[in-house]
Amino acid sequence: MSAIGLYVPGTGPLYRAPAWAKLLGLLAAGVALLAAADHRIALGALAASLLAYPVVGLAPARAWGVLRVLWPFLLAIALFQVLFGEWETAVRLCAQLAALVLLANVVTLTTRVREMLDLFERVARPLRHVGVAPDRVALVLALTIRSIPMVADAWRTSQEAYRARGLSGRPHLLVVPVIVQLLRMADATGEALVARGIDDDTRA
Amino acid sequence: MLRLQGVSHSYDDRAVLRDVTLDLAEHRIGVIGANGSGKSTLARTLNGLVVPDEGRVTLGEWDTRRHAKHIRRRVGFVFSDAANQIIMPTVAEDVEIGLRSLRLGREETARRVDAFLVRYGLDGHRDHPGHLLSGGQKQLLALASVLATEPEVLVCDEPTTLLDLRNTRMVHRTLDGLDQQVVLFTHDLDLLDGFDRVLVMDEGRVAFDGAPAEAVAHYLRLMDGADREAGA
Ligand SMILES: Nc1ncnc2c1ncn2[C@@H]1O[C@H](COP(=O)(O)OP(=O)(O)O)[C@@H](O)[C@H]1O
Ligand SMILES: [Mg+2]
Repeated sequence: MSAIGLYVPGTGPLYRAPAWAKLLGLLAAGVALLAAADHRIALGALAASLLAYPVVGLAPARAWGVLRVLWPFLLAIALFQVLFGEWETAVRLCAQLAALVLLANVVTLTTRVREMLDLFERVARPLRHVGVAPDRVALVLALTIRSIPMVADAWRTSQEAYRARGLSGRPHLLVVPVIVQLLRMADATGEALVARGIDDDTRA
Repeated sequence: MLRLQGVSHSYDDRAVLRDVTLDLAEHRIGVIGANGSGKSTLARTLNGLVVPDEGRVTLGEWDTRRHAKHIRRRVGFVFSDAANQIIMPTVAEDVEIGLRSLRLGREETARRVDAFLVRYGLDGHRDHPGHLLSGGQKQLLALASVLATEPEVLVCDEPTTLLDLRNTRMVHRTLDGLDQQVVLFTHDLDLLDGFDRVLVMDEGRVAFDGAPAEAVAHYLRLMDGADREAGA
């Protein structure tokens, strides 16, 4: 399973809160954190965002999963800042980034993709006037989200086939079979969209 | 009723369907045939996914060449690989997206999504990502998503090819219980029990058209003949 997750079913106030409120909250937290530009506040925010997981009923392992993906970036930023800047800046930037990604993850874990897409459609509605179909864009976003596990699957099956034939190393050799698989999946999904009448509808 | 009149189709220079004429009136119709005999292409002509080079495919007064959109609403289609057919990130959303084009309103849509998730035993998975379902559950989801739109006809192209015996039976029972007309393209001869009519495809033609037992016998003879030819 990937670290930055999609919706996990659950109950609690954050699940019931509308998507727009959560995204607005996230935006406000981001702006406040950056505006404050203080390493102590940033550390406080990081602690708070870690605490948010058990509070809203998400397994702390989910927070850990985010940090595990993030740490190389944090390390790179910290090293750079310690070498060329000040340690306070290193602490502040790392804490800010970690806190915001953790909070963003809380929002995506507690919000149905459908809700997120509906919100997006509403926000993007004015774009209709310049020829953009918001529901079509929302569908593309949904398909993009949906294809993340497909890419992982394609990679895994190609890797297995590669190993089954006694080959190893040179992972770049997997790129072509993975792309071929993805194209085939994309083709089949496109056909399914047409068969299910979904494409017709969004074009209307 | 689905009707094919003189349907021929080629990919590049290769004739895949050769002058197929059929009236598909029976409640349960099976189609069998070797790999490459043109089954999937025939299946796809039934809802306009493939528009044949020659001839016409009609449903009542609608023609797939001109009214593909109307026909697709009435002819549901289920593919072998359900994974590619699941479009939305979660189970409930996937059933819902297919209903959008029917414009049933929020409440009716939600009611129908619930009803179909319950009917297909997917209620407990409604917010789970579709790709984490088992193979059989994926196929049930694909079926539920298509059937929720209440098509008149359901076309299935080898819906059990990727499934184990247990899941195959589950899909079998599900298809058995449907009120709709079903046109089932399959390699699984057991699924054809109790069917009204079975067609055998061979090199793009309908080589046999009749009762299931005779159709299967014809198909087996055809394959034996092919074996002998290959052995000679
Ligand atoms: N999109 C396509 N482009 C080119 N050739 C195709 C395409 N689809 C099918 N074919 C070819 O048409 C023939 C019949 O295929 P198909 O209808 O899938 O048969 P079946 O489902 O009975 O195996 C095969 O030789 C196949 O390679
Ligand atoms: Mg086929």
